Amino acid sequence: MSKEWPLWEVFIRSQHGLAHKHVGSLHASDAGMAVNNARDVYTRRNEGVSIWVVRATDIVASSPGDKDALFEPSNSKVYRHPTFFPMPEEVKNL
Amino acid sequence: MDNKIAYLLRQGDNALILSQRLSELCGKGPALEEDMALTNVALDLLGQTRMWYSYAAELEGADRDEDKLAYHRDAHDFKNCLLVEQKNGNYADTMMRQFYFDTWHYFFIGALTKCGDERIREIAEKSLKEVTYHLRRSGDLIVRLGDGTEVSHAKTQAAADELWMYTGEFFKYDAVDEAMVAAGVAPAAEPLRAQWLAHVSDIFGEATLTMPSPDAWMQKGGKQGVHSEHLGYLLAEMQFLQRAYPGSEW
Repeated sequence: MSKEWPLWEVFIRSQHGLAHKHVGSLHASDAGMAVNNARDVYTRRNEGVSIWVVRATDIVASSPGDKDALFEPSNSKVYRHPTFFPMPEEVKNL
Repeated sequence: MDNKIAYLLRQGDNALILSQRLSELCGKGPALEEDMALTNVALDLLGQTRMWYSYAAELEGADRDEDKLAYHRDAHDFKNCLLVEQKNGNYADTMMRQFYFDTWHYFFIGALTKCGDERIREIAEKSLKEVTYHLRRSGDLIVRLGDGTEVSHAKTQAAADELWMYTGEFFKYDAVDEAMVAAGVAPAAEPLRAQWLAHVSDIFGEATLTMPSPDAWMQKGGKQGVHSEHLGYLLAEMQFLQRAYPGSEW
């Protein structure tokens, strides 16, 4: 058995209405401790209103080797970007 | 000295001495996460110290501000409970001292949010949010350590037994405490003690720890300025700079 606590990835929502954002990782023995530790390590400067923690091993990632096959095809399709609409100034964070 | 000023200074002394003890562990915690958590608690307590001292200094109206109160008083002038000056020891010792203190602090500060003095009420309301988290965290760790491995259980039980005799002082009221009860500020000792015992008993149950007897012999003297040998060393380190270079700033 490993003596090291498992690794958790931490996501913080900085204000209501915004999405949780990945801020870093930490070690903790279980979910409850991970939330407490995240509070102590990542919200010291009033960064957040909500915390998510996810076991790092539970995250499924795309493989760097698949980069071309996954992302290259969308490179030349400029018409998929909705840049032709004027946005009202008041709308932020879109 | 006016009872209220004495009472305010006691609260500030408790917070300051425990804060200093915890900051000794800055950079030395058993894990980065624990290190930062302890330092956060130390900073919370330091902030509370400033509120108590400022109010006391204001009422006193003498030439003593919060810095003078922290750095230019000797051990016998400090009226903190003996518990908070006890050494950090191993991590079970540190967390048990914290848990005993946090439990008292939580119910005590909670009672002060309903007291008859507006300024004290404000200080208590600001502190209660911090103290609520402190207790949640130290209680959680006591359960983990107590109900952990054989070694962690043994160390945590030893810490619980060792520090137990310093927990009676919270509820051993003297003339200053009684005067503040009469003035509608301090909570009465007995209900506070009952709340303390009930919570410690709950957490110890969950942590598979044996609670020492509530009737055990208890240490006293801190509130009267009669301290254990540890306080002098703590103050020597904390006060050195201001003693050697009075009034220096950075």
